[in-house]
Amino acid sequence: MSKITFPFGPQHPVLPEAIQLSLTCEDEKVVEVLPVIGYMHRGIEKAAERNPYVNNVFLCERICGICSFIHALSYCQLMEELMQVEVPPRARYLRVVWSELSRMHSHLLWLGLLADSFGFESLFMQCWRARETVLDALEMTTGQRVVQSSCVIGGVRRDINADQARQLREMLAGVKAQIDAVLPVFQKDYTIKARTVGKGVLPKDQAWKLGAVGPTLRASGWAWDCRSLGYAAYGELGFEPVVENDGDSYARTMVRARELVQSYELVLRALDALPEGPLAAKIKGVPPKGEAIMRTEQPRGELFEYARGNGTPRLERLKIRTPTFANIPALLAMLPGCEIADVPVIVLSIDPCIACLER
Amino acid sequence: MMGLITKSRIKSPWIVHYCCGSCNGCDIELLACLTPLYDVERFGILNIGNPKHADLLVVTGPVNKRNERVLLNLYHQMPEPRVVVAVGACACTGGIFYNCYNVLGGIDKVIPVDVYVPGCAARPEAIIDGIVMALDKLAKIK
Ligand code: SF4
Repeated sequence: MSKITFPFGPQHPVLPEAIQLSLTCEDEKVVEVLPVIGYMHRGIEKAAERNPYVNNVFLCERICGICSFIHALSYCQLMEELMQVEVPPRARYLRVVWSELSRMHSHLLWLGLLADSFGFESLFMQCWRARETVLDALEMTTGQRVVQSSCVIGGVRRDINADQARQLREMLAGVKAQIDAVLPVFQKDYTIKARTVGKGVLPKDQAWKLGAVGPTLRASGWAWDCRSLGYAAYGELGFEPVVENDGDSYARTMVRARELVQSYELVLRALDALPEGPLAAKIKGVPPKGEAIMRTEQPRGELFEYARGNGTPRLERLKIRTPTFANIPALLAMLPGCEIADVPVIVLSIDPCIACLER
Repeated sequence: MMGLITKSRIKSPWIVHYCCGSCNGCDIELLACLTPLYDVERFGILNIGNPKHADLLVVTGPVNKRNERVLLNLYHQMPEPRVVVAVGACACTGGIFYNCYNVLGGIDKVIPVDVYVPGCAARPEAIIDGIVMALDKLAKIK
């Protein structure tokens, strides 16, 4: 059988973003995959050295518009660590609220895209309808739908008052009802199972060796979630990672489905425990000096950041390793041996975010 | 008098979306336009993957040296008349990425743009408004 090689992307209906996979196939089977990247590269790390460190919050937020809040959060925490700023408790809890709302909208978006990738249009629409309510909640509390800009170094810029908290609870109750309606479909539907069970299997030991992160890793049986480190207010909210053991596309879907419900509960818990107090700490004169690292959990997995400051308003180096970057080797291990028709679903199953990947 | 073909083209314009290195924010807002709340399908607008079937090219992102060629290809594969909508601050001018080394700064450096939709991220209402404006332009192309 002769082999043929053809491109998947860079402009492909399944992915809103541009990445190319060069697939080598034998008949209908994929035998080799090569990623061709660079279509989304902007050079954010370099630009972060040119901007004053305060402005970088907004630049980092725009590494990716889906997990934007958590990008801003990790950069802020990194700077706080460098400058030894103590963040007020109310700000820490508000950060959890917005992080988890971001995770909810990200996971709903992904569940929708997954349904869309095998042509389940109505389910796609249902998921995105639920997501709109989450975006409304974000807009009500931060003023923006996708890029919230509510995190600053030292704390947050906006408050959630009692009235907003009440509205937020009502909105979330509506979202929960919609989630409860769609999740059983993902769990039980014959078509979805046929397209995901046993597809793109990533065995437990391999997941670890290839350095997978986030739901991709947790679906292979590792209880590894940076929120367990207890940054922001996670340490006080009783957080437990969600784990599945099968390592296939179905398990990855289930991890995200359960995390969706978990995020909903975390938001409510954070709202219940919201302490009184100031929103942000005062930043005193000295710009960041020295080295620090920060790890946070994005909807897609662990985000790692490193910064080195030299006491001037401009950083010497900012390194950002995003979750999708870490998950690409795992994806390349999942694809060989699968049918061409399964490629879009398996690619989606790691929840690739190319804007993050290439920065 | 508007010709029959123009009329039907305006009645149901098909769009093709390409992301030129944006942050995703505007892309998901564009996708949100297709979902039940905004539902642009009621205007007959369909998002399709094939540039050869499309009337409107919607581009997000500031364009970098690598995807410049892809963008040009997409543009040239579309049949005339065609209009281009730049969605988001970074597609219009480079936006927040203005000083990134790999960024050309706005898609009008590569292809002619008909409608600019500002905002970072552009709201779905703004995007729909931009597309409707583009339809006016499309109707006027002889
Ligand atoms: S305009 Fe802003 S939100 Fe939109 S893609 Fe560009 S950076 Fe992202």
